[in-house]
Amino acid sequence: MKKRKFAFALSGLLALGTILGACGSKDETEEKDTNTGTEETADNFSVAMVTDTGGVDDRSFNQSTWEGIQAFGEENGLEKGDGGIDYLESKSESDYVTNLNNLIRRDFDLIFAVGYALHDAVDEIAGQKPEAQIAIIDEVVDGRDNVASIMFRANEASYLAGVAAALETKSNKIGFIGGMQGAIIGGFQAGFEAGVAAINPDIKVDVEYAESFTDAAKGQQIAKRMYDSGVDIIFHAAGGVGNGLFTEAKERKQKDPNANVWAIGVDRDQYDEGKVNDDTNIVLTSVLKRVDVAAQEVAKLAQEGNFPGGETITYGLKDQGVDLADSRGAITEENLAKIEEYKQQIIDGTVVVPEQPEK
Amino acid sequence: MNKRLINILVPLISIVLGLVIGAIVMAVSGFNPVDGYMALWNGIFMDTYTLGETVRQITPYVFSGLAVAFAFRTGLFNIGVEGQLIMGWLAAAYVGQAFELPAIIHVPLALIAAAVAGALWAFIPGLLKAKLQVHEVIVTIMLNYTALHVANAFIEMISGGGERTDKIHESASLRSEFFESITDYSRMHWGFVLALIAVMVMWFILEKTTRGYELKAVGFNKHASQYAGMNVSKNIILAMVISGAFAGLGGAMEALGTFENMTKLHASTGIGFDGIAVALLGANQPFGVLLGAILFGSLKYGGLNMPSEAGVPTEIVSIVIALIIFFVASGYVIRVALERFGKRKEVK
Repeated sequence: MKKRKFAFALSGLLALGTILGACGSKDETEEKDTNTGTEETADNFSVAMVTDTGGVDDRSFNQSTWEGIQAFGEENGLEKGDGGIDYLESKSESDYVTNLNNLIRRDFDLIFAVGYALHDAVDEIAGQKPEAQIAIIDEVVDGRDNVASIMFRANEASYLAGVAAALETKSNKIGFIGGMQGAIIGGFQAGFEAGVAAINPDIKVDVEYAESFTDAAKGQQIAKRMYDSGVDIIFHAAGGVGNGLFTEAKERKQKDPNANVWAIGVDRDQYDEGKVNDDTNIVLTSVLKRVDVAAQEVAKLAQEGNFPGGETITYGLKDQGVDLADSRGAITEENLAKIEEYKQQIIDGTVVVPEQPEK
Repeated sequence: MNKRLINILVPLISIVLGLVIGAIVMAVSGFNPVDGYMALWNGIFMDTYTLGETVRQITPYVFSGLAVAFAFRTGLFNIGVEGQLIMGWLAAAYVGQAFELPAIIHVPLALIAAAVAGALWAFIPGLLKAKLQVHEVIVTIMLNYTALHVANAFIEMISGGGERTDKIHESASLRSEFFESITDYSRMHWGFVLALIAVMVMWFILEKTTRGYELKAVGFNKHASQYAGMNVSKNIILAMVISGAFAGLGGAMEALGTFENMTKLHASTGIGFDGIAVALLGANQPFGVLLGAILFGSLKYGGLNMPSEAGVPTEIVSIVIALIIFFVASGYVIRVALERFGKRKEVK
């Protein structure tokens, strides 16, 4: 019995092999044709990226990076594919190394690794392939001359979001939903809390972490609890978890158009996620992390031969690497002016935004 | 119908069916199926690097498949392989980075720690099942989440608030320069040898020992086994513990081979859940599990190349791979149908 099954499965594998092999050989010539097609654009500087497990359409920083690369591609007339621009999505943590390697083998001149989760993979690959140029976002990889680290002072823009929330709140209760606890999201939390405290030290921010960047159901659950307890503005720094926040806020607004519920988006302008109907939207503003701007800039630097390998570039309010999104009338003119004041003070250095929350 | 003919026909039919339906899905979605399969093939076999990585991908699947299969054979449904694997990963990563020992002690110690951690995590549902008749499916599912968050908390503690544990010391690593040199820096490691040994061990326990016979007997019929004088609750616990140890070792493959550390997990690794499919593909036989893991791991790894080389999006890749596996698994149905059909004819 056992032998039979063994033989059966083995023959299955062999069959799979032969069939796939047949497919392969048939196609070889075709493949070569497409290759020569792309060679005309070989002088172009090609850029690609590897996403973290969030995927390229995470409505957050993976998407934002890709938008930056697309903008770069448009400027230089690059198309998606070899020798142009491309992305690879990672489904699990073990895919990072493979995907980075894949892109290097396809001769991309610059490769973006999006997110701190790719730290180890970048470190490993950079050591093995010293000729590759890799830029990692939201994380610092030390001691590799071929890796540029791109960081954002998200705490500064979060501070402004805190100011906005404290000015706009009616219930004097404000919430914060974090993704995974750690230095990156800690920056958002610290800035946000400091911003709220700057306007009204009596407001205590209700902080809860989802311990995930993907679990939208968890985000909705937390948002529900916060809104139920009287919180009227919630800021999320939790990637896909935030989609649950938007869902909850939109549902409440749909049931009761007078409900005072607001959400503050993160990374990209998340205005579109907050649309209830044509004239109602629950997104107050968004904390922008202009990963797209940074990606585009670094790509440009690398194209000119000035790839900032081994360096850490930090984008803050000053360099417009972080900012608040257009509130589209959700924040009053008067309050916007106040926010602008704080922004100026941060840029001048008179206000120093804490980088990590107090324990 | 001739048995040998069936043996050859069934896998052929099922794989061709899987490939054809997969091709249709790709064609309907506007992608060239030939390019797609070519990319899949290249993703598995193109050069020594992809081959090494494919082996790397297969290795933990062997362990998670064995873990599920072992529990199945003893009448238990261990859905908690995921959690046990995470605990094993954590234990191996910790032992790997916390101690400095000669490799001859360090590697086995890390492996044992992983096996024990996985076994302990499986001991809980085993105990509850044996003593209180709590269904192991519920407990193991819940313990998956517990494991995920416990591991994350531990990583934070060990690393002083960081996102990942330190790299394990070289003395605990399963990787070798030899494999790196012949596979162009792939992450292939010695774990596949351990996986092969594990296959032998499971076969030996189940087929050649009295204890294995008892475990299987309890799985077939608890009451009959009890009547025959076997200690049912002890056997249930033991079955879960052995299953968990296999799972824990699967985690050690990630800790000592693939990653050489452990990063906070946002979600399940999926290896444990895929182990259920691997076990079923392999009909819960140790050698079947090995083949199931080879098929599963190769497709998973090769599939990564499809978006890169053929532009097929990852979602379509998942569907195509799932279809191939679905038809291979349903090959057993085809086989049973064919055999029944043949038998009925003989009777007439």
